[in-house]
Amino acid sequence: MDDMKQVILDYVKREYLEEDDDTEIDESTPLITGGIVDSFSMVSLKRFLEKKYGIQIPDADASPQVFDTVNNIVVLVNRYLEK
Amino acid sequence: MAYSNLAREVFQQEVNNLREAGLFKEERHIHAPQDAEIEVEFPAGSSLKRVINMCANNYLGLSNNPEVIGAAKDGLNQYGYGMSSVRFICGTQNIHRELEKRLTEFLGTEDTLLFPSCMDANAGVFEAILNDQDVMIADRLVHASIVDGMRLCNAMRDTFKHSDMGHLEEKLQDHQDKRYRIIITDGVFSMDGDLARLDEIVELAEKYDSMVFVDDSHASGFIGKTGRGTHEHCGVLGKIDLITTTLGKALGGASGGCVSGRTELVELCRQRARPYLFSNAVAPMIITGALKVFELISGSTERRDKLEENTIYWRRLLTEVGFDLKKGESPIVPVMLYNAKLAQDMARDLYAEGIYAIGFFFPVVPRGQARIRTQLSAAHEKHHLDKALEAFVKVGKKFDILGKSKKEIIAKYGM
Repeated sequence: MDDMKQVILDYVKREYLEEDDDTEIDESTPLITGGIVDSFSMVSLKRFLEKKYGIQIPDADASPQVFDTVNNIVVLVNRYLEK
Repeated sequence: MAYSNLAREVFQQEVNNLREAGLFKEERHIHAPQDAEIEVEFPAGSSLKRVINMCANNYLGLSNNPEVIGAAKDGLNQYGYGMSSVRFICGTQNIHRELEKRLTEFLGTEDTLLFPSCMDANAGVFEAILNDQDVMIADRLVHASIVDGMRLCNAMRDTFKHSDMGHLEEKLQDHQDKRYRIIITDGVFSMDGDLARLDEIVELAEKYDSMVFVDDSHASGFIGKTGRGTHEHCGVLGKIDLITTTLGKALGGASGGCVSGRTELVELCRQRARPYLFSNAVAPMIITGALKVFELISGSTERRDKLEENTIYWRRLLTEVGFDLKKGESPIVPVMLYNAKLAQDMARDLYAEGIYAIGFFFPVVPRGQARIRTQLSAAHEKHHLDKALEAFVKVGKKFDILGKSKKEIIAKYGM
C-alpha cells in the first residue's frame, strides 16, 4: 500500500476507533455509510488532510460520499495536490 | 394540485422504507398520568394494559405530584393560560424572572434564561455566542440537540472520543490558534448513563484556556449530594461557563429548558438566540409548577436519595442474575444486547410480561451497541423492581443471555 493510503488509514484508526474496538478497516471500507465515522466527526479528518498535505478542501467537496473510503479520499487529496 | 399523487406516493414510499428498515417509531398511547405504573394502549385499538414504566425521565417522581399539580393550578388561576407573546414583546411575567433566579441559585451560576425546551436552548446557544474565529469541541456522544445547535453555528466544529481526556487534550492543543475554545459535553449521557469527567474537563479547560458547556438534562435535580447536577458531583460548582438543562425530566417533567451560566453569555442568548426570540414564553402554569418543584427539592433530598437507592438496588439485581450492564452510577441503566433484533425482541417480550422498556439500536446508538435502556424513578417501589427483575430473568432465559459475556452474546446473535 502506498504511503498516503497508509497515513490516512492510520489517522482514521487512531481518530475514530476506540481502543477496545477490533473493527478491521482497510482502504475500501465504507467509513461514513458503514457507521465508523459520523458525518459530524468528519471535520477533523478534513482538517488533518489540509494540514498534512498543505491543501484547502472547500466544504462543498468534503461530502460524506467523497469521504466514505480511504481510496476516495486519496483521489480527492491527489486532485488538490495537482492544483 | 401542488401536492400531486406522485408526491404522495414518493413520500409514502419514504415512510414505507423506514418501516422496512425497522426504523419506524410508533407512539404508545398512555391513558393515565405519568407514573411508575401506567395504562397503555398498544398497539392502537387494543385493550389497556397495566405495565411498570422503566423508560420515563420521571427521575424524581414529580410528574404527577399533587403539590406540583396544585401549584400549576394556582398559576393557571392567577396568571392565565398562556402569554400569546414571545418573551421580549409582552411575554415575560414576574414569575418567569423568579424561576430564572431560582434556577441560577440552584445551578450555582450567574444568570439564567428560560427556553421553550432544552432542545431549543441547545439549538440557540452556540450561534448566539460564537463566531467563525472560534471552535466547538464536543464529546462524540452528546445529545442530538447539541449536534443541531453546533450545525447552526459557524464556529469550527471538532469532536473527541467519548470521555477520552487524552484525545480532548490533543484537540485543545490543536486549536490554540482560535479566538475561543469551548468544550461541549453532556453531564450524564442519555444512552450510556455514564457521567462526564467534569473535574478533569475543567482542569483541561483551565490549562488550555477553554470555556466549558454542559447539558445536564439527565442530571439536574438528582445527581450530586443535593441534586444540583454533574458539576456538584464532580466538585466543580461555579466552574462551568454554560449549563443547559430541562424542566421536562426530573424537574416536574412538563416542558421548558434553560441556558444558565456567565452573565454576559446568558445576556447574548437573550439578545440573539433565535429559539428564545421567536418562541412563545413558557406557559405560566409550567412556571408556577416548576417553582414548587424547587421548593420541594430544596427542602429535602429524600427523593434523590430514594432514586439513588433504587438505582443501586436495580443494578445489583440485574448484575446478580447475569445481565451485561454499561457501567455507571446514574439512574440510566442500559442492558447491553449488541444485536438490534435481539433488543427489539426482548423489549417486545418484556412488554408482554408487563414491563415497559425500550430497545435502542443504530443509528440512535453506535452500530453493534444495541441495548435495552432502563430508567429508574423515585416513584418506583422495591416491589416494582422485583417484578421487573422476574420479567427480565424470564425473557433473559428465553434468549439464553444470562451470564453471557459480550463476546458470547455477539457469537450467538451477531452484531
